[in-house]
Amino acid sequence: MAAADARLETVMYDTIIIGAGMSGLAAGIRLAHFDRRVCILERHTAIGGLNSYYRLDGRNYDVGLHAVTNFTPKGTRTGPLARLLRQLRIRWDDFALVPQLGSKIAFPGVALKFNNHFEYFRSEVERHFPREKDGFQRLTETVVDYDDLSEETAAISARAIVEHVIKDRLLVDMLFCPLMFYGGSRENDMDFGQFSIMFRSIFMEGFARPWAGVRVILKHLVRRFKALGGDLRLRAGVQRIETDGDRATQVVLDDGTTLEADRVLSSAGLVETMRLCGSQVPPSPPKTGKLSFVESINVLDCEPREVGCDQAIVFFNDESQFHYRKPDDLVDLRSGVICSPNNFAYSEPLAEGLVRTTALANYDRWRALDDDAYRQAKQECHARMVEIATRHVGDFRDRVVATDTFTPTTIERYTGHAGGAVYGTSRKRFDGVTHLKNLFLCGTDQGFVGIVGAMFSGIAMANRHLLSGTSDSTQPAELAVQDVL
Amino acid sequence: MTSGEIKEVVLDILEGIAPDEDLSGIVDDVPLREQLELDSMDFLDIVMELRKRYRVQIPEDDYVELATMQSTVDYLAPLMKDLQKV
Ligand SMILES: Cc1cc2nc3c(=O)[nH]c(=O)nc-3n(C[C@H](O)[C@H](O)[C@H](O)COP(=O)(O)OP(=O)(O)OC[C@H]3O[C@@H](n4cnc5c(N)ncnc54)[C@H](O)[C@@H]3O)c2cc1C
Repeated sequence: MAAADARLETVMYDTIIIGAGMSGLAAGIRLAHFDRRVCILERHTAIGGLNSYYRLDGRNYDVGLHAVTNFTPKGTRTGPLARLLRQLRIRWDDFALVPQLGSKIAFPGVALKFNNHFEYFRSEVERHFPREKDGFQRLTETVVDYDDLSEETAAISARAIVEHVIKDRLLVDMLFCPLMFYGGSRENDMDFGQFSIMFRSIFMEGFARPWAGVRVILKHLVRRFKALGGDLRLRAGVQRIETDGDRATQVVLDDGTTLEADRVLSSAGLVETMRLCGSQVPPSPPKTGKLSFVESINVLDCEPREVGCDQAIVFFNDESQFHYRKPDDLVDLRSGVICSPNNFAYSEPLAEGLVRTTALANYDRWRALDDDAYRQAKQECHARMVEIATRHVGDFRDRVVATDTFTPTTIERYTGHAGGAVYGTSRKRFDGVTHLKNLFLCGTDQGFVGIVGAMFSGIAMANRHLLSGTSDSTQPAELAVQDVL
Repeated sequence: MTSGEIKEVVLDILEGIAPDEDLSGIVDDVPLREQLELDSMDFLDIVMELRKRYRVQIPEDDYVELATMQSTVDYLAPLMKDLQKV
Protein backbone atom coordinates (compact mmCIF):
# COMPACT_ATOMS: atom_id res chain seq x y z
CA MET A 1 0.00 0.00 0.00
CA ALA A 2 1.24 3.43 -0.84
CA ALA A 3 1.89 5.67 2.15
CA ALA A 4 -0.44 8.31 0.81
CA ASP A 5 -3.21 5.81 0.33
CA ALA A 6 -6.30 7.55 1.57
CA ARG A 7 -9.26 5.45 2.57
CA LEU A 8 -12.42 6.26 0.70
CA GLU A 9 -15.38 4.64 2.32
CA THR A 10 -18.07 3.55 -0.02
CA VAL A 11 -21.03 4.44 2.19
CA MET A 12 -22.79 7.41 0.78
CA TYR A 13 -24.68 9.39 3.37
CA ASP A 14 -27.56 11.71 2.81
CA THR A 15 -26.15 13.98 5.47
CA ILE A 16 -22.95 14.18 7.45
CA ILE A 17 -23.17 16.16 10.66
CA ILE A 18 -20.02 17.64 12.13
CA GLY A 19 -20.14 17.55 15.93
CA ALA A 20 -22.02 15.47 18.50
CA GLY A 21 -23.06 18.38 20.71
CA MET A 22 -26.66 19.21 21.52
CA SER A 23 -27.38 20.68 18.10
CA GLY A 24 -25.75 17.92 16.07
CA LEU A 25 -27.48 15.17 18.04
CA ALA A 26 -30.89 16.81 17.76
CA ALA A 27 -30.47 17.31 14.01
CA GLY A 28 -29.32 13.71 13.69
CA ILE A 29 -32.44 12.41 15.43
CA ARG A 30 -34.69 14.34 13.09
CA LEU A 31 -32.93 13.02 10.00
CA ALA A 32 -32.68 9.43 11.17
CA HIS A 33 -36.33 9.46 12.21
CA PHE A 34 -37.26 10.30 8.65
CA ASP A 35 -35.07 7.52 7.27
CA ARG A 36 -32.16 9.60 6.08
CA ARG A 37 -28.76 7.94 6.11
CA VAL A 38 -26.94 10.14 8.54
CA CYS A 39 -23.57 10.09 10.23
CA ILE A 40 -22.41 12.29 13.08
CA LEU A 41 -18.67 12.84 13.22
CA GLU A 42 -17.19 13.91 16.55
CA ARG A 43 -13.53 14.64 17.10
CA HIS A 44 -13.60 14.15 20.86
CA THR A 45 -13.84 10.78 22.59
CA ALA A 46 -17.10 11.84 24.23
CA ILE A 47 -20.31 13.40 23.03
CA GLY A 48 -21.78 16.66 24.34
CA GLY A 49 -19.40 19.37 23.14
CA LEU A 50 -19.81 22.49 25.24
CA ASN A 51 -22.14 20.61 27.50
CA SER A 52 -20.44 17.34 28.04
CA TYR A 53 -19.34 15.52 31.17
CA TYR A 54 -16.16 13.93 32.41
CA ARG A 55 -14.75 11.86 35.22
CA LEU A 56 -11.90 13.07 37.37
CA ASP A 57 -10.51 11.26 40.44
CA GLY A 58 -13.58 9.08 40.67
CA ARG A 59 -16.09 11.93 40.44
CA ASN A 60 -18.53 12.90 37.72
CA TYR A 61 -18.42 16.49 36.54
CA ASP A 62 -20.57 18.35 34.05
CA VAL A 63 -18.61 20.56 31.66
CA GLY A 64 -21.10 23.32 31.22
CA LEU A 65 -24.38 22.64 32.85
CA HIS A 66 -25.44 25.19 35.41
CA ALA A 67 -29.09 24.90 34.57
CA VAL A 68 -31.27 24.01 31.65
CA THR A 69 -33.03 27.23 30.70
CA ASN A 70 -36.48 27.41 29.05
CA PHE A 71 -37.92 25.10 31.69
CA THR A 72 -41.69 24.73 31.52
CA PRO A 73 -43.66 22.23 33.63
CA LYS A 74 -45.05 18.98 32.31
CA GLY A 75 -48.19 19.56 30.28
CA THR A 76 -47.07 22.92 28.90
CA ARG A 77 -47.70 22.90 25.16
CA THR A 78 -46.02 26.08 24.07
CA GLY A 79 -42.48 27.37 24.27
CA PRO A 80 -39.17 25.99 23.02
CA LEU A 81 -38.96 23.02 25.41
CA ALA A 82 -42.41 21.67 24.55
CA ARG A 83 -41.80 22.20 20.86
CA LEU A 84 -38.48 20.44 20.83
CA LEU A 85 -39.81 17.48 22.80
CA ARG A 86 -42.47 17.01 20.12
CA GLN A 87 -39.98 17.37 17.32
CA LEU A 88 -37.70 14.76 18.88
CA ARG A 89 -40.58 12.50 20.01
CA ILE A 90 -39.34 12.69 23.56
CA ARG A 91 -41.50 12.51 26.66
CA TRP A 92 -41.25 15.32 29.15
CA ASP A 93 -40.19 12.82 31.83
CA ASP A 94 -37.27 11.53 29.77
CA PHE A 95 -35.12 14.57 30.49
CA ALA A 96 -35.94 14.25 34.19
CA LEU A 97 -35.83 18.00 34.70
CA VAL A 98 -36.19 19.23 38.26
CA PRO A 99 -37.00 22.92 38.81
CA GLN A 100 -34.70 25.29 40.67
CA LEU A 101 -35.29 26.44 44.24
CA GLY A 102 -34.52 30.08 43.43
CA SER A 103 -31.86 32.37 42.01
CA LYS A 104 -30.82 35.99 42.31
CA ILE A 105 -29.09 38.89 40.65
CA ALA A 106 -26.85 40.56 43.23
CA PHE A 107 -25.52 44.05 42.55
CA PRO A 108 -24.07 46.51 45.08
CA GLY A 109 -26.82 47.34 47.54
CA VAL A 110 -29.65 45.48 45.80
CA ALA A 111 -30.56 41.91 45.00
CA LEU A 112 -33.41 40.79 42.73
CA LYS A 113 -34.60 37.28 43.40
CA PHE A 114 -36.34 35.13 40.84
CA ASN A 115 -37.65 31.61 40.43
CA ASN A 116 -39.69 29.85 37.76
CA HIS A 117 -42.72 32.04 38.41
CA PHE A 118 -42.44 35.29 36.55
CA GLU A 119 -44.85 37.14 38.84
CA TYR A 120 -42.39 36.69 41.69
CA PHE A 121 -39.64 38.34 39.67
CA ARG A 122 -42.01 41.12 38.68
CA SER A 123 -42.82 41.75 42.34
CA GLU A 124 -39.11 41.91 43.15
CA VAL A 125 -38.52 44.45 40.39
CA GLU A 126 -41.49 46.55 41.57
CA ARG A 127 -40.35 46.39 45.19
CA HIS A 128 -36.81 47.53 44.49
CA PHE A 129 -37.53 49.81 41.54
CA PRO A 130 -41.06 51.15 42.16
CA ARG A 131 -40.63 53.93 39.62
CA GLU A 132 -39.88 51.46 36.86
CA LYS A 133 -43.11 49.50 37.30
CA ASP A 134 -44.71 50.72 34.08
CA GLY A 135 -41.50 50.56 32.10
CA PHE A 136 -40.91 46.98 33.17
CA GLN A 137 -44.46 46.11 32.21
CA ARG A 138 -43.98 47.63 28.80
CA LEU A 139 -40.70 45.79 28.32
CA THR A 140 -42.24 42.43 29.16
CA GLU A 141 -45.09 43.03 26.74
CA THR A 142 -42.63 43.77 23.96
CA VAL A 143 -40.56 40.73 24.83
CA VAL A 144 -43.57 38.42 24.82
CA ASP A 145 -44.70 39.66 21.43
CA TYR A 146 -41.31 39.48 19.87
CA ASP A 147 -41.11 36.57 17.51
CA ASP A 148 -38.75 37.35 14.75
CA LEU A 149 -35.17 36.20 14.85
CA SER A 150 -33.78 37.15 11.51
CA GLU A 151 -30.89 38.92 9.88
CA GLU A 152 -32.71 42.23 9.73
CA THR A 153 -33.60 42.38 13.40
CA ALA A 154 -30.13 41.27 14.42
CA ALA A 155 -29.02 44.83 14.02
CA ILE A 156 -31.43 46.28 16.57
CA SER A 157 -29.64 47.08 19.81
CA ALA A 158 -31.38 45.58 22.83
CA ARG A 159 -29.76 48.20 25.06
CA ALA A 160 -31.31 51.00 23.06
CA ILE A 161 -34.78 49.46 23.38
CA VAL A 162 -34.48 48.56 27.06
CA GLU A 163 -32.99 51.93 28.02
CA HIS A 164 -35.85 53.60 26.23
CA VAL A 165 -38.44 52.07 28.56
CA ILE A 166 -36.37 51.65 31.73
CA LYS A 167 -34.59 54.74 32.97
CA ASP A 168 -32.69 53.37 35.97
CA ARG A 169 -29.34 52.23 34.64
CA LEU A 170 -28.92 49.87 37.58
CA LEU A 171 -32.06 47.92 36.68
CA VAL A 172 -31.05 47.82 33.03
CA ASP A 173 -27.69 46.32 33.98
CA MET A 174 -29.31 43.85 36.34
CA LEU A 175 -31.64 42.60 33.62
CA PHE A 176 -28.83 42.24 31.10
CA CYS A 177 -26.40 40.48 33.44
CA PRO A 178 -27.92 36.96 33.45
CA LEU A 179 -28.83 37.18 29.77
CA MET A 180 -25.32 38.08 28.78
CA PHE A 181 -23.63 35.45 30.91
CA TYR A 182 -25.97 32.80 29.52
CA GLY A 183 -25.84 33.71 25.89
CA GLY A 184 -24.07 36.96 25.04
CA SER A 185 -21.76 36.68 22.07
CA ARG A 186 -21.34 40.43 21.70
CA GLU A 187 -19.70 42.85 24.12
CA ASN A 188 -22.04 44.94 26.29
CA ASP A 189 -25.08 44.52 24.08
CA MET A 190 -27.08 41.97 22.13
CA ASP A 191 -29.67 42.22 19.44
CA PHE A 192 -33.24 42.57 20.61
CA GLY A 193 -34.34 39.25 19.16
CA GLN A 194 -31.72 37.43 21.19
CA PHE A 195 -32.60 39.53 24.23
CA SER A 196 -36.26 38.54 23.96
CA ILE A 197 -35.51 34.86 23.60
CA MET A 198 -33.10 34.92 26.53
CA PHE A 199 -35.39 37.02 28.72
CA ARG A 200 -38.20 34.53 28.23
CA SER A 201 -35.94 31.51 28.68
CA ILE A 202 -34.51 32.74 32.00
CA PHE A 203 -37.15 34.94 33.66
CA MET A 204 -40.45 33.80 32.14
CA GLU A 205 -39.73 30.11 31.72
CA GLY A 206 -36.96 29.17 34.11
CA PHE A 207 -34.19 26.91 35.33
CA ALA A 208 -34.16 23.18 35.89
CA ARG A 209 -31.65 20.37 36.02
CA PRO A 210 -31.69 16.58 35.92
CA TRP A 211 -30.55 15.08 39.23
CA ALA A 212 -27.76 13.16 37.50
CA GLY A 213 -26.69 16.10 35.36
CA VAL A 214 -26.39 16.67 31.65
CA ARG A 215 -25.52 13.03 30.93
CA VAL A 216 -29.22 12.17 31.35
CA ILE A 217 -30.09 14.36 28.38
CA LEU A 218 -27.12 13.34 26.27
CA LYS A 219 -27.56 9.63 26.83
CA HIS A 220 -31.17 9.90 25.90
CA LEU A 221 -30.37 11.74 22.69
CA VAL A 222 -27.63 9.37 21.63
CA ARG A 223 -29.68 6.27 22.39
CA ARG A 224 -32.48 7.64 20.28
CA PHE A 225 -30.18 8.51 17.43
CA LYS A 226 -28.62 5.06 17.33
CA ALA A 227 -31.94 3.24 17.72
CA LEU A 228 -33.15 5.09 14.64
CA GLY A 229 -30.21 3.75 12.68
CA GLY A 230 -27.92 6.77 12.80
CA ASP A 231 -24.13 6.32 12.74
CA LEU A 232 -22.08 8.06 15.39
CA ARG A 233 -18.31 8.07 15.12
CA LEU A 234 -16.19 9.33 17.97
CA ARG A 235 -12.50 10.24 17.56
CA ALA A 236 -13.52 11.17 14.03
CA GLY A 237 -12.42 14.76 13.63
CA VAL A 238 -13.13 16.43 10.32
CA GLN A 239 -9.88 17.81 9.01
CA ARG A 240 -11.22 19.42 5.87
CA ILE A 241 -14.19 19.73 3.59
CA GLU A 242 -13.41 19.25 -0.10
CA THR A 243 -15.36 21.40 -2.51
CA ASP A 244 -15.80 21.67 -6.23
CA GLY A 245 -16.40 25.38 -6.28
CA ASP A 246 -19.92 25.78 -4.99
CA ARG A 247 -20.60 22.42 -3.36
CA ALA A 248 -19.05 20.33 -0.62
CA THR A 249 -18.07 17.03 -2.20
CA GLN A 250 -16.19 15.09 0.47
CA VAL A 251 -15.29 15.22 4.10
CA VAL A 252 -11.77 14.18 5.05
CA LEU A 253 -11.13 12.97 8.59
CA ASP A 254 -8.00 13.45 10.69
CA ASP A 255 -6.95 9.87 9.93
CA GLY A 256 -7.31 10.38 6.19
CA THR A 257 -10.64 8.59 5.81
CA THR A 258 -12.82 10.21 3.18
CA LEU A 259 -16.60 10.23 3.42
CA GLU A 260 -19.21 11.38 0.99
CA ALA A 261 -22.61 12.88 1.54
CA ASP A 262 -25.22 14.86 -0.31
CA ARG A 263 -25.17 17.54 2.32
CA VAL A 264 -23.11 18.56 5.32
CA LEU A 265 -24.40 20.20 8.50
CA SER A 266 -21.75 21.67 10.75
CA SER A 267 -22.04 22.57 14.42
CA ALA A 268 -18.33 23.35 14.66
CA GLY A 269 -18.94 27.10 14.41
CA LEU A 270 -18.88 29.54 11.52
CA VAL A 271 -15.21 30.48 11.57
CA GLU A 272 -14.21 26.90 12.34
CA THR A 273 -16.29 25.53 9.49
CA MET A 274 -14.88 28.09 7.07
CA ARG A 275 -11.41 26.98 8.10
CA LEU A 276 -12.34 23.41 7.23
CA CYS A 277 -13.18 24.61 3.73
CA GLY A 278 -9.61 25.85 3.40
CA SER A 279 -8.73 28.45 0.85
CA GLN A 280 -12.07 28.37 -0.94
CA VAL A 281 -13.56 30.68 1.66
CA PRO A 282 -15.18 33.89 0.44
CA PRO A 283 -13.47 37.21 1.11
CA SER A 284 -13.84 38.99 4.46
CA PRO A 285 -13.84 35.87 6.61
CA PRO A 286 -15.97 35.99 9.78
CA LYS A 287 -14.38 36.83 13.09
CA THR A 288 -14.07 34.59 16.12
CA GLY A 289 -16.10 35.54 19.14
CA LYS A 290 -14.31 37.47 21.87
CA LEU A 291 -16.04 36.19 24.94
CA SER A 292 -14.76 33.30 26.93
CA PHE A 293 -14.82 32.18 30.53
CA VAL A 294 -13.00 30.50 33.34
CA GLU A 295 -14.90 28.25 35.65
CA SER A 296 -13.80 27.03 39.04
CA ILE A 297 -15.54 24.05 40.56
CA ASN A 298 -15.58 23.17 44.23
CA VAL A 299 -16.83 19.88 45.57
CA LEU A 300 -18.02 20.13 49.17
CA ASP A 301 -18.57 17.51 51.84
CA CYS A 302 -21.89 19.11 52.77
CA GLU A 303 -24.98 20.61 51.18
CA PRO A 304 -24.08 24.16 50.12
CA ARG A 305 -27.06 25.52 52.01
CA GLU A 306 -25.41 24.42 55.28
CA VAL A 307 -22.87 27.18 54.74
CA GLY A 308 -25.50 29.65 53.57
CA CYS A 309 -25.51 28.99 49.84
CA ASP A 310 -29.19 28.41 49.13
CA GLN A 311 -29.63 29.75 45.59
CA ALA A 312 -29.41 27.73 42.39
CA ILE A 313 -27.68 30.55 40.54
CA VAL A 314 -26.31 33.89 41.71
CA PHE A 315 -25.42 36.42 39.02
CA PHE A 316 -23.24 38.99 40.73
CA ASN A 317 -21.62 42.27 39.89
CA ASP A 318 -19.55 44.18 42.46
CA GLU A 319 -19.01 47.45 40.59
CA SER A 320 -21.28 50.41 40.06
CA GLN A 321 -21.58 49.45 36.38
CA PHE A 322 -21.76 46.05 34.76
CA HIS A 323 -19.20 45.37 32.04
CA TYR A 324 -19.64 42.41 29.77
CA ARG A 325 -16.57 42.41 27.61
CA LYS A 326 -13.31 40.66 27.01
CA PRO A 327 -11.10 41.56 29.97
CA ASP A 328 -7.60 42.97 29.58
CA ASP A 329 -6.37 40.64 32.31
CA LEU A 330 -6.58 36.87 32.42
CA VAL A 331 -9.92 37.15 34.12
CA ASP A 332 -12.45 39.79 35.16
CA LEU A 333 -13.67 39.04 38.66
CA ARG A 334 -15.84 42.11 39.07
CA SER A 335 -18.81 40.05 37.99
CA GLY A 336 -19.69 36.44 37.42
CA VAL A 337 -22.01 33.54 38.05
CA ILE A 338 -22.08 31.25 41.06
CA CYS A 339 -24.02 28.06 40.60
CA SER A 340 -24.96 25.39 43.03
CA PRO A 341 -26.45 22.34 41.30
CA ASN A 342 -27.68 21.16 44.70
CA ASN A 343 -30.30 23.86 44.93
CA PHE A 344 -32.97 22.27 42.78
CA ALA A 345 -36.08 20.55 44.11
CA TYR A 346 -34.79 16.97 43.94
CA SER A 347 -36.50 14.18 45.79
CA GLU A 348 -33.13 13.08 47.14
CA PRO A 349 -29.97 15.13 47.66
CA LEU A 350 -26.96 14.97 45.35
CA ALA A 351 -24.08 12.83 46.64
CA GLU A 352 -21.91 15.86 47.30
CA GLY A 353 -22.12 19.62 47.43
CA LEU A 354 -21.04 21.68 44.46
CA VAL A 355 -20.27 25.35 43.98
CA ARG A 356 -19.23 26.46 40.50
CA THR A 357 -18.06 29.98 39.74
CA THR A 358 -17.77 31.42 36.23
CA ALA A 359 -16.18 34.67 35.15
CA LEU A 360 -15.17 36.40 31.93
CA ALA A 361 -11.68 35.57 30.70
CA ASN A 362 -9.22 36.62 28.02
CA TYR A 363 -8.33 33.76 25.70
CA ASP A 364 -5.19 35.38 24.30
CA ARG A 365 -3.73 35.96 27.75
CA TRP A 366 -4.28 32.36 28.78
CA ARG A 367 -2.99 31.11 25.44
CA ALA A 368 0.27 33.05 25.83
CA LEU A 369 1.25 31.34 29.09
CA ASP A 370 3.77 28.51 29.13
CA ASP A 371 2.88 25.31 30.98
CA ASP A 372 4.18 26.34 34.39
CA ALA A 373 2.76 29.83 34.22
CA TYR A 374 -0.58 28.40 33.05
CA ARG A 375 -0.77 26.01 35.97
CA GLN A 376 0.10 28.72 38.42
CA ALA A 377 -2.34 31.19 36.89
CA LYS A 378 -5.08 28.60 37.10
CA GLN A 379 -4.37 28.02 40.78
CA GLU A 380 -4.33 31.71 41.60
CA CYS A 381 -7.46 32.33 39.62
CA HIS A 382 -9.23 29.50 41.38
CA ALA A 383 -8.24 30.87 44.79
CA ARG A 384 -9.53 34.34 43.95
CA MET A 385 -12.77 32.97 42.57
CA VAL A 386 -13.32 30.94 45.72
CA GLU A 387 -12.80 34.03 47.82
CA ILE A 388 -15.30 36.03 45.79
CA ALA A 389 -17.85 33.24 45.81
CA THR A 390 -17.45 33.05 49.56
CA ARG A 391 -18.40 36.69 49.88
CA HIS A 392 -21.58 36.11 47.91
CA VAL A 393 -22.87 32.72 49.00
CA GLY A 394 -21.23 31.88 52.32
CA ASP A 395 -17.86 30.54 53.43
CA PHE A 396 -17.49 26.98 52.17
CA ARG A 397 -13.70 26.93 52.20
CA ASP A 398 -13.19 24.37 54.95
CA ARG A 399 -15.72 22.01 53.36
CA VAL A 400 -13.93 21.64 50.02
CA VAL A 401 -12.87 18.09 49.17
CA ALA A 402 -11.98 18.47 45.50
CA THR A 403 -11.60 21.19 42.91
CA ASP A 404 -11.22 21.62 39.19
CA THR A 405 -10.75 24.70 37.03
CA PHE A 406 -11.08 25.21 33.32
CA THR A 407 -10.04 28.13 31.14
CA PRO A 408 -10.64 29.42 27.61
CA THR A 409 -7.89 27.16 26.31
CA THR A 410 -9.54 24.12 27.89
CA ILE A 411 -12.78 25.02 26.13
CA GLU A 412 -11.00 25.38 22.82
CA ARG A 413 -9.14 22.12 23.21
CA TYR A 414 -12.19 20.03 23.98
CA THR A 415 -14.84 21.65 21.82
CA GLY A 416 -12.86 23.12 18.94
CA HIS A 417 -14.46 26.54 19.41
CA ALA A 418 -11.83 29.03 18.31
CA GLY A 419 -10.77 31.40 21.05
CA GLY A 420 -12.78 29.39 23.57
CA ALA A 421 -15.73 31.51 22.48
CA VAL A 422 -18.56 29.68 24.22
CA TYR A 423 -21.30 31.67 22.50
CA GLY A 424 -19.53 31.85 19.18
CA THR A 425 -19.19 34.70 16.77
CA SER A 426 -21.17 37.90 17.29
CA ARG A 427 -22.55 37.79 13.74
CA LYS A 428 -24.99 34.92 13.56
CA ARG A 429 -26.18 33.10 10.47
CA PHE A 430 -29.86 32.74 11.22
CA ASP A 431 -30.64 31.10 7.90
CA GLY A 432 -27.85 28.56 8.41
CA VAL A 433 -26.58 28.86 4.86
CA THR A 434 -22.96 29.18 3.80
CA HIS A 435 -21.07 29.99 0.61
CA LEU A 436 -21.52 26.33 -0.40
CA LYS A 437 -24.95 25.22 -1.60
CA ASN A 438 -25.01 21.98 0.38
CA LEU A 439 -23.15 23.02 3.52
CA PHE A 440 -25.23 24.36 6.40
CA LEU A 441 -24.62 25.54 9.95
CA CYS A 442 -26.38 24.65 13.17
CA GLY A 443 -25.81 25.35 16.84
CA THR A 444 -24.11 28.28 18.43
CA ASP A 445 -23.27 30.25 15.29
CA GLN A 446 -26.62 29.70 13.65
CA GLY A 447 -28.02 31.82 16.42
CA PHE A 448 -29.46 29.77 19.24
CA VAL A 449 -27.39 29.08 22.33
CA GLY A 450 -27.79 27.11 25.50
CA ILE A 451 -28.85 23.51 25.76
CA VAL A 452 -32.43 23.99 24.62
CA GLY A 453 -31.42 26.63 22.08
CA ALA A 454 -28.75 24.42 20.52
CA MET A 455 -31.13 21.47 20.21
CA PHE A 456 -33.72 23.77 18.71
CA SER A 457 -31.20 25.04 16.21
CA GLY A 458 -30.33 21.50 15.11
CA ILE A 459 -34.00 20.71 14.63
CA ALA A 460 -34.78 23.91 12.75
CA MET A 461 -31.84 23.55 10.38
CA ALA A 462 -32.57 19.87 9.74
CA ASN A 463 -36.18 20.71 8.89
CA ARG A 464 -35.31 23.63 6.75
CA HIS A 465 -32.38 22.37 4.74
CA LEU A 466 -32.08 18.62 5.10
CA LEU A 467 -35.56 17.15 5.11
CA SER A 468 -36.68 18.95 2.01
CA GLY A 469 -36.67 17.20 -1.38
CA THR A 470 -33.69 18.53 -3.26
CA SER A 471 -30.14 18.63 -2.07
CA ASP A 472 -29.62 22.37 -2.14
CA SER A 473 -31.11 25.12 -0.03
CA THR A 474 -34.75 25.55 -0.92
CA GLN A 475 -37.77 27.43 0.26
CA PRO A 476 -38.53 25.80 3.60
CA ALA A 477 -41.77 23.86 3.54
CA GLU A 478 -42.25 24.91 7.16
CA LEU A 479 -43.01 28.43 6.03
CA ALA A 480 -45.64 27.19 3.64
CA VAL A 481 -47.45 25.43 6.47
CA GLN A 482 -47.39 28.56 8.56
CA ASP A 483 -49.27 30.41 5.87
CA VAL A 484 -52.22 28.08 5.61
CA LEU A 485 -52.91 26.60 9.03
CA MET B 1 -58.47 1.62 4.84
CA THR B 2 -61.77 2.78 6.22
CA SER B 3 -62.29 6.25 7.63
CA GLY B 4 -62.16 4.71 11.08
CA GLU B 5 -58.77 3.16 10.35
CA ILE B 6 -57.45 6.39 8.90
CA LYS B 7 -58.47 8.17 12.06
CA GLU B 8 -56.53 5.58 14.06
CA VAL B 9 -53.49 6.20 11.87
CA VAL B 10 -53.71 9.95 12.44
CA LEU B 11 -54.15 9.44 16.19
CA ASP B 12 -51.14 7.16 16.21
CA ILE B 13 -49.09 9.81 14.44
CA LEU B 14 -50.27 12.45 16.89
CA GLU B 15 -49.40 10.21 19.79
CA GLY B 16 -45.91 9.81 18.41
CA ILE B 17 -45.52 13.56 18.04
CA ALA B 18 -46.98 14.44 21.42
CA PRO B 19 -46.41 11.42 23.65
CA ASP B 20 -47.47 13.33 26.76
CA GLU B 21 -50.93 14.18 25.43
CA ASP B 22 -54.12 12.37 26.26
CA LEU B 23 -55.75 12.14 22.85
CA SER B 24 -58.95 10.42 23.94
CA GLY B 25 -60.75 13.74 24.12
CA ILE B 26 -59.90 15.00 20.63
CA VAL B 27 -62.96 16.65 19.12
CA ASP B 28 -63.32 15.88 15.41
CA ASP B 29 -64.37 19.26 14.12
CA VAL B 30 -62.28 21.62 16.27
CA PRO B 31 -58.92 22.68 14.80
CA LEU B 32 -56.06 20.49 16.03
CA ARG B 33 -54.00 23.60 16.34
CA GLU B 34 -56.36 24.86 19.03
CA GLN B 35 -56.83 21.59 20.85
CA LEU B 36 -53.19 20.57 21.05
CA GLU B 37 -51.49 23.88 20.31
CA LEU B 38 -49.65 22.23 17.47
CA ASP B 39 -47.45 24.56 15.48
CA SER B 40 -46.37 24.63 11.86
CA MET B 41 -43.46 22.28 12.55
CA ASP B 42 -45.88 19.70 13.95
CA PHE B 43 -48.21 19.90 10.96
CA LEU B 44 -45.29 19.36 8.67
CA ASP B 45 -44.46 16.30 10.76
CA ILE B 46 -47.93 14.87 10.23
CA VAL B 47 -47.38 15.24 6.50
CA MET B 48 -43.94 13.65 6.71
CA GLU B 49 -45.16 10.77 8.88
CA LEU B 50 -47.89 9.99 6.33
CA ARG B 51 -45.30 9.96 3.61
CA LYS B 52 -42.93 7.83 5.65
CA ARG B 53 -45.53 5.27 6.69
CA TYR B 54 -47.86 5.11 3.69
CA ARG B 55 -46.04 6.96 0.92
CA VAL B 56 -48.95 9.36 0.77
CA GLN B 57 -47.82 12.61 -0.82
CA ILE B 58 -49.61 15.73 0.25
CA PRO B 59 -48.91 18.76 -1.88
CA GLU B 60 -48.28 22.01 -0.03
CA ASP B 61 -51.47 23.53 -1.36
CA ASP B 62 -53.45 20.87 0.47
CA TYR B 63 -51.94 21.35 3.94
CA VAL B 64 -54.97 23.42 4.80
CA GLU B 65 -57.06 20.21 4.67
CA LEU B 66 -55.33 19.00 7.84
CA ALA B 67 -56.94 21.59 10.07
CA THR B 68 -59.25 19.28 12.02
CA MET B 69 -59.44 15.53 12.56
CA GLN B 70 -62.57 15.38 10.43
CA SER B 71 -61.15 17.36 7.53
CA THR B 72 -57.95 15.29 7.68
CA VAL B 73 -59.81 11.99 7.51
CA ASP B 74 -62.07 13.26 4.73
CA TYR B 75 -59.08 14.43 2.76
CA LEU B 76 -57.10 11.23 3.24
CA ALA B 77 -59.98 8.81 2.60
CA PRO B 78 -59.70 8.72 -1.22
CA LEU B 79 -55.88 8.74 -1.05
CA MET B 80 -55.70 5.85 1.39
CA LYS B 81 -58.70 3.74 0.54
CA ASP B 82 -56.63 1.07 -1.23
CA LEU B 83 -53.88 0.94 1.41
CA GLN B 84 -53.59 -1.56 4.24
CA LYS B 85 -53.14 -0.27 7.77
CA VAL B 86 -49.72 -1.23 9.15
C1 LIG C 1 -18.85 26.54 30.96
C2 LIG C 1 -20.14 26.50 30.22
C3 LIG C 1 -21.32 26.58 30.92
C4 LIG C 1 -22.55 26.51 30.25
N1 LIG C 1 -23.67 26.51 30.98
C5 LIG C 1 -24.87 26.35 30.37
C6 LIG C 1 -26.05 26.25 31.13
O1 LIG C 1 -26.01 26.26 32.37
N2 LIG C 1 -27.24 26.12 30.49
C7 LIG C 1 -27.31 26.07 29.13
O2 LIG C 1 -28.41 25.94 28.59
N3 LIG C 1 -26.20 26.17 28.38
C8 LIG C 1 -24.99 26.31 28.97
N4 LIG C 1 -23.84 26.40 28.21
C9 LIG C 1 -24.00 26.57 26.76
C10 LIG C 1 -24.31 25.29 26.04
O3 LIG C 1 -23.47 24.27 26.54
C11 LIG C 1 -24.02 25.46 24.56
O4 LIG C 1 -24.69 26.60 24.07
C12 LIG C 1 -24.48 24.27 23.73
O5 LIG C 1 -24.08 23.07 24.34
C13 LIG C 1 -23.91 24.40 22.33
O6 LIG C 1 -24.17 23.26 21.57
P1 LIG C 1 -23.70 23.17 20.07
O7 LIG C 1 -24.20 21.87 19.57
O8 LIG C 1 -24.05 24.39 19.35
O9 LIG C 1 -22.11 23.20 20.07
P2 LIG C 1 -21.05 22.22 20.70
O10 LIG C 1 -21.54 21.64 21.95
O11 LIG C 1 -19.77 22.93 20.77
O12 LIG C 1 -20.92 21.05 19.64
C14 LIG C 1 -19.97 21.06 18.61
C15 LIG C 1 -19.28 19.71 18.58
O13 LIG C 1 -18.52 19.65 17.39
C16 LIG C 1 -17.32 18.99 17.65
N5 LIG C 1 -16.38 19.40 16.62
C17 LIG C 1 -15.88 20.64 16.41
N6 LIG C 1 -15.06 20.65 15.35
C18 LIG C 1 -15.07 19.39 14.85
C19 LIG C 1 -14.44 18.76 13.74
N7 LIG C 1 -13.64 19.45 12.92
N8 LIG C 1 -14.66 17.45 13.53
C20 LIG C 1 -15.48 16.74 14.35
N9 LIG C 1 -16.11 17.29 15.40
C21 LIG C 1 -15.90 18.59 15.66
C22 LIG C 1 -16.94 19.44 19.02
O14 LIG C 1 -16.04 18.54 19.63
C23 LIG C 1 -18.31 19.46 19.71
O15 LIG C 1 -18.60 18.24 20.31
C24 LIG C 1 -22.59 26.42 28.84
C25 LIG C 1 -21.38 26.33 28.15
C26 LIG C 1 -20.17 26.34 28.82
C27 LIG C 1 -18.90 26.17 28.06
